[in-house]
Amino acid sequence: MNPAVKNTLLFAIVGAMILSTGFTQSWNSALVIINMGLISAIMALGVNLQWGFAGLFNVGIMGFVALGGLAAVLVGMPATPGAWAAGGWNIAGALIFAVATIVAVVLTRRAMTPGWMRALVTLAMLIAGFVIYRALFDPGVEAIEAINPAGTGYLGGLGIDRGLWVALAWPVGGLFAAGAAWIIGRTALGLRSDYLAIATLGIAEIIIAVLKNEDWLSRGVKNVVGLPRPTPFEIDLQNDPGFVETAALYGMDPVTASTLYVKLAYAGLFTVVLVILLVMAQRALNSPWGRMMRAIRDNEVSSEAMGKDVTARHLQVFVLGSAICGIAGAMMTTLDSQLTPGTYQPLRFTFLVWVMVIVGGSGNNFGSVLGGFLIWFLWVQVEPIGLWLMQVITAGMADGSALKAHLIESAAHMRLFTMGMVLLLVLRFSPRGLIPER
Amino acid sequence: MDFLNAIIALSNFVLVPAIAYGSQLALGALGVTLIYGILRFSNFAHGDTMAFGAMVTVLVTWLFQSWGISLGPLPTALLALPFGILGCMALLLATDRVVYRFYREQKAKPVILVIVSLGVTFIMNGIVRFIIGPDDQRFSDGERFIVSARTFREMTGLREGLAIKTTQGITVITAVIVVALLFWFLNRTRTGKSMRAYSDNEDLALLSGINPERVVMITWLIVAGLATIAGVLYGLDKSFKPFTYFQLLLPIFASAIVGGLGNPIGAIAGGFVIAFSEVTVTYAWKKVATYVLPESMAPDTLVQLLSTDYKLAVSFGILLIVLLFKPTGLFKGKSV
Repeated sequence: MNPAVKNTLLFAIVGAMILSTGFTQSWNSALVIINMGLISAIMALGVNLQWGFAGLFNVGIMGFVALGGLAAVLVGMPATPGAWAAGGWNIAGALIFAVATIVAVVLTRRAMTPGWMRALVTLAMLIAGFVIYRALFDPGVEAIEAINPAGTGYLGGLGIDRGLWVALAWPVGGLFAAGAAWIIGRTALGLRSDYLAIATLGIAEIIIAVLKNEDWLSRGVKNVVGLPRPTPFEIDLQNDPGFVETAALYGMDPVTASTLYVKLAYAGLFTVVLVILLVMAQRALNSPWGRMMRAIRDNEVSSEAMGKDVTARHLQVFVLGSAICGIAGAMMTTLDSQLTPGTYQPLRFTFLVWVMVIVGGSGNNFGSVLGGFLIWFLWVQVEPIGLWLMQVITAGMADGSALKAHLIESAAHMRLFTMGMVLLLVLRFSPRGLIPER
Repeated sequence: MDFLNAIIALSNFVLVPAIAYGSQLALGALGVTLIYGILRFSNFAHGDTMAFGAMVTVLVTWLFQSWGISLGPLPTALLALPFGILGCMALLLATDRVVYRFYREQKAKPVILVIVSLGVTFIMNGIVRFIIGPDDQRFSDGERFIVSARTFREMTGLREGLAIKTTQGITVITAVIVVALLFWFLNRTRTGKSMRAYSDNEDLALLSGINPERVVMITWLIVAGLATIAGVLYGLDKSFKPFTYFQLLLPIFASAIVGGLGNPIGAIAGGFVIAFSEVTVTYAWKKVATYVLPESMAPDTLVQLLSTDYKLAVSFGILLIVLLFKPTGLFKGKSV
């Protein structure tokens, strides 16, 4: 079969699977799957850029996604009244001071000759810097968190909440993620490939720890809810006589119609983002830059001999890929309209995206998009299937037996097992994925 | 007297916990470093291997407890430990046979093996959660303390108490025995020497007739032992919860890298470096400082550098510093 036909067919099959959810369950759940599928496809594109183009193994996708979520809060939420005056400047000053200290240390280290004297001076500067930083930082945090802790107790954001302007948070999320990726890339790239994996694993855990514990920034585990959204609210649509009339025209009740309308609006916005990123990724892949990246991936030594700066190129593509994950993270938080740091799990946000990329076909952008939709669909549907399977298996057992209860209760953990299995099977028997790299 | 009190407080809250935690990390890091030396990849499944071994031990412990078998003052888990190790060995050998061997024969790039090990991580994690559930499980029994804070205070008449938990004592003693056995094995036995030879130079080792499959098998067996022991000790000391073992990966990797990946002595040193930094940085020094400093200088804050929620950040910070300044680790590890 010619590849174009095969690929179209694959996309058609996944489309049909989602459509069947619409027919058999409800169109609302089908649209929920599509919206998260679009976001997953964008994350997979980002990871594909790192792994498929450059062979970089990033285990910290969760962290970059969470940073994107933070951007949605900092751009969208209104500034808490009085918070900046109470302690915001203190915190800002402390952070600037911290950066200045680090710059000063680096400059001093450059100016001095290596030896115990230099180590001593470095250490003294760092300790003094830390003490001053804490002295500036702590009172600010205390003051901010004291402001109405049940409702706000954090700095808030820029308060950009009008219509499509909300989407401004998405590129900002990309910038945040790019910043974190740059720091990680600078330290871990150029060493063994495993080191990048371990460093990204660490940064992801730490970003989540910061979001959970720095209440002045993200309200921590108290969550930020009611984030602004680019689409109208369902309740406003239901109160709009024009909308109710149109819904009646199609024979729908206004409540269902309004929820569908909002989800469709999100789907439209996300599709625009996905198409833009996909076109850019495709052009990058087929440009001289893309060919260079693949050459570096396939043989670092000979690319270096050709005068390519391998480490710098790796850093570039690592930052770009992470930025795309950040964009997707911001989109997801906007869609949920809440930031809940407690819900970021490495399984869901790192591992699942990897399965998407590998199953879809690493090195192929369309493969990543396909993988994003397919795996997300399976992820949503595996749980009911697993539960059903368990019920079939345990059907013969006596009701109320401990083993039966345990098995049915444990069905939820089958997801981990299934996804791990899918990854290993694809890697082993079809390492090029559904849509292989050309 | 104040000075003595300060030392006791310091030992109670910093030294004793850090030594116990350091021993657990060292055992974990030894496993990672052995795999790295012999199989040449970073095994992301190590945390969940520990969880699996510990889980088997927990189940056997419960069985023994229901039979009424116990070790008196020592936890029953020690009796169940050999069964846990056997279970873990079976799992690792099966994994190697089904998963890793294929890639070894293909001479796949290390990064592929790392991805594969990530897949294995989630399968193991799924199995563990499926069998025992995701919640906290308690399985320690026997005497809780070797020395409790109150008896110590009564014995010495000091204001500060020093508590040493039984599990902490067992951790350190077991770790010393295990490490001694491991080094005796690596340095004195023929098989151990062949393993070191294989790790140093694969081609030369093959040339001198060392059977690579046998070396790999023995490595997995040793790693199963180390991982189970580390997992059970950690579970006894804190508590058994499948997810915490995944989170232990970062400090374990940090320990192995700080010491130099592939270097067993380095792994032990790294474990203690990470454990001590973690505990000292997140400890509130107020109590110690109040004893040592004159009254006028006594601190009114907690004097805590970082809150305990950022324990992971400490291992990560150390990891970054090592990668920046000395990527081969304190003791010369494998190539960068």
